[in-house]
Amino acid sequence: MKKNMKIGLFIPCYVDQFYPKVGIATYELLQKLGCEVHFPMGQTCCGQPMANSGYQYLTKGCDANFIANFAGFDYIVCPSGSCVLHVKDHLHDDKQEELAAEMRKKVFELTEFITDILKVDHINGNFPFRVGMHASCHGQRGLKLSQMTELNAPFFSKPEQLLSKINGLDLVSLSRKDECCGFGGTFCVTEEAVSVKMGQDRIKDHENHHVDYITGGDMSCLMHLEGILKRQKSSIKTIHIAEILNSFEN
Amino acid sequence: MSSKKIIEHSEAATRFNKDVERVNWHDETLWFVREKRDRAAHNIPDWELLRETASQIKNNVLSNIHDYLVEFEANAQKNGIIVHWAADAKEHNEIVHSIMAKHDVKQMVKSKSMLTEECHLNDYLAEKGIEVIDSDLGEFIVQLRKEPPSHIVLPAIHLKKEDVSETFHEHLGTEKGNFDPQYLTESARLTLRNTFLTRKVALTGVNFAIAETGEFVVCTNEGNADMGAHLADVHIACMGFEKLIPQRKHLGVFLRLLARSATGQPITTFSSHFKKPRDGKEIHIVIVDNGRSTQLGREDFKNSLKCIRCGACMNTCPVYRRSGGHSYHNAVAGPIGAILAPNLDMSKNADLPFASTLCGSCTNVCPVKIDIHDQLYKWRQVLVKEGHTPAAKTVAMKTMATVLANPMIFNIAGKSGRFVMKNIPALVNNKMNKWYDQREMPSVPEESFREWYKKNSREAKAKKDEQ
Amino acid sequence: MSSKDQILQKIKNSQPNIVADLPDLNILGSDQFEVLDTYKTVLKNIGGDFVEVANYDEISAYLKQNYALERRIITTVPELSEVAVLDWKNEDPHLLQNVELTIIKAHFGVAENSALWVTDDILGQRVAPFITQYLAIIVNKSDIIPTMHQAYERIGNQEYGFGTFIAGPSKTADIEQSLVLGAHGARGLIVFLLE
Repeated sequence: MKKNMKIGLFIPCYVDQFYPKVGIATYELLQKLGCEVHFPMGQTCCGQPMANSGYQYLTKGCDANFIANFAGFDYIVCPSGSCVLHVKDHLHDDKQEELAAEMRKKVFELTEFITDILKVDHINGNFPFRVGMHASCHGQRGLKLSQMTELNAPFFSKPEQLLSKINGLDLVSLSRKDECCGFGGTFCVTEEAVSVKMGQDRIKDHENHHVDYITGGDMSCLMHLEGILKRQKSSIKTIHIAEILNSFEN
Repeated sequence: MSSKKIIEHSEAATRFNKDVERVNWHDETLWFVREKRDRAAHNIPDWELLRETASQIKNNVLSNIHDYLVEFEANAQKNGIIVHWAADAKEHNEIVHSIMAKHDVKQMVKSKSMLTEECHLNDYLAEKGIEVIDSDLGEFIVQLRKEPPSHIVLPAIHLKKEDVSETFHEHLGTEKGNFDPQYLTESARLTLRNTFLTRKVALTGVNFAIAETGEFVVCTNEGNADMGAHLADVHIACMGFEKLIPQRKHLGVFLRLLARSATGQPITTFSSHFKKPRDGKEIHIVIVDNGRSTQLGREDFKNSLKCIRCGACMNTCPVYRRSGGHSYHNAVAGPIGAILAPNLDMSKNADLPFASTLCGSCTNVCPVKIDIHDQLYKWRQVLVKEGHTPAAKTVAMKTMATVLANPMIFNIAGKSGRFVMKNIPALVNNKMNKWYDQREMPSVPEESFREWYKKNSREAKAKKDEQ
Repeated sequence: MSSKDQILQKIKNSQPNIVADLPDLNILGSDQFEVLDTYKTVLKNIGGDFVEVANYDEISAYLKQNYALERRIITTVPELSEVAVLDWKNEDPHLLQNVELTIIKAHFGVAENSALWVTDDILGQRVAPFITQYLAIIVNKSDIIPTMHQAYERIGNQEYGFGTFIAGPSKTADIEQSLVLGAHGARGLIVFLLE
């Protein structure tokens, strides 16, 4: 990365309001890695909740607001593969389509930004626990953050590559490596029965591997799993990958 | 045709999930098939190249299907096959019936054909006094139970051997309480053997039809299509027009992909190429449109016509595995069904594209690389625009759109005023909220990230230091 | 307008203006593996069995030892007239319902899936390999080829009324995914790999 790159920190709306610690970890981590990070205060939401419900035509205002807040940055970084994928696939502006197209290329999910742009392959963090990595679908199959089990292609995983270097972290190998957790945006309420069942099964796989924590790159999936874990009064906790990666002192 | 009120996918899925053990079994059994598919696919070094090649062949077909159909018909006729064209399901059924009537035959044996399910042929023929027996074991079982198949490759996958045993005891007189699949299969074999030996008309589906040669290929593991066709005087083969492929050599690509994708087998037991009728016998082909030409004209959805009906997208779909095929109320269930069904009837099938988390696994297993999950997303947009969503949802979405486009409203200070907190389902703590039925809500932090940032960002700290 | 004209017209209006190119198939099927070994392994995996034989006498000897010769055994291979009958090709196919064993010879076999290619000129009757209780197929070892791509190269423009690839015995897993051999067709398949 060139010096003096300006990073726009894109924090998903629900992370801003429910999981500020994830935003803080992301902000601190990027600074520790030498980035100049700014959080544009006018940002709201990428528009995905509406678009995935079939109302993409209503997201023009969101798009315009996103562009207004993030146009000046060299990179836009976000601790959510799902929100990044939405921007990459669907950010448009009739009045300034060229700018929108350029910004679609500048937006990165946190772990891919660390491995591909910052070229950091080793973070000297410390997290002495047994951890299961839930590969969120939009990050994995949409952004290709890691290899997908359906394909006959060599294994790689950007988030696991970083986690594997964290001191004390014992990363388990799940039975179903990339099964969806069932969150799915509004799916989590419109198809409640299947959504919850998928979440319970995802947790079961982690339980069978005796994890202390479930981590992942998308807080939405983790929020759904956390909701089920708490209802089950499980001792397993959820933690965003940014929080694990931020577990070192500069 | 059934006029029963349709139960929406979410409601049917809720009922399916009442029996946890059954759901677990269904999920694990189909996941096992997915794993067999993975092993087979990972055994072929050229797998991804094969998928790409198959996809390109099918793209060529879709762009040139008019000429291929003309070529196919001419060649098939040269081979002595009688070709019929049906614009819709009704005409398809009438053609099949007219062939039966011409030969004055009242009984038919039929191997698997999802097209005849789509056209509700059995019901139509029953009204005309014609008895149809489905000879694929899975279809035979569900037919006895008066149920539709729940899966295009594994029609009775929603049933346990105890269910089959009970059904066979009732209809075939097998021993009560004998659940042995070997025993049950043997009893069906004996019954159906008699059927094969006595039917004058056999109907089969078509897996591939070859323009270059005018022949068609039918794939089965049981040999039921062949038993029917080679013993009957009249063989009727029904196909959607998208089953066409250009040349015989292209079968090399598709036959390598089909069974591996479907069940993990290297090939089906029988891949039968029908080119000419036996001396003195007849082969009829019914080429069916039934909405396909409309789908071909939908730029975003035409690729769904590349489907070779392997069922891999169903086996991998985490929603299908936990909701069962019947929850899709369509002849073809699962992800592929959810992008085909709205083309047939948008209002009836408006729920299906929403029965997905858009996880994308379907697209990755598809042997002809249909962008299934992207099409699910695109159908949602179409269905909303065409007015097939509840009005209340539209109102809520419009409110959300206004607020999210406007940072001033979005950022109204204070925990209770925060927009997301009131509008994200997780936080609405009341009985109406489906989030809360089986999940806790996230705890609400003292301050949001942006509140923290205002106080603790580098700029904020720098400012403080200045003061 | 007839339905045919109507369908073709609609398709013409709907299909894209530019015809997408057909891909090159020559880049496929170059997988390197031991062809005969693979054939045997795959055949066993899908419920079939094989015997390696030097000549037809060995096939006759094997059949005598392993099958009930008093039952109806039919073949299209003249060399096996000692153990099987040859004069059934013009019968009503329904009369083959009591056949215990059908013995035929395949044009070739495919290693990757153990499938054997047979056409009506060597089947005697189309239903013969399906209606029988058991099936035996003879194939020359030198006629085992690697993949389906070579198979269709070999078939080329071969003329037939009916042809089929047979891979293993008839089977089903429609009850709880439990594999059962002998759904409607042959309960067992033995392949004679001939030197």
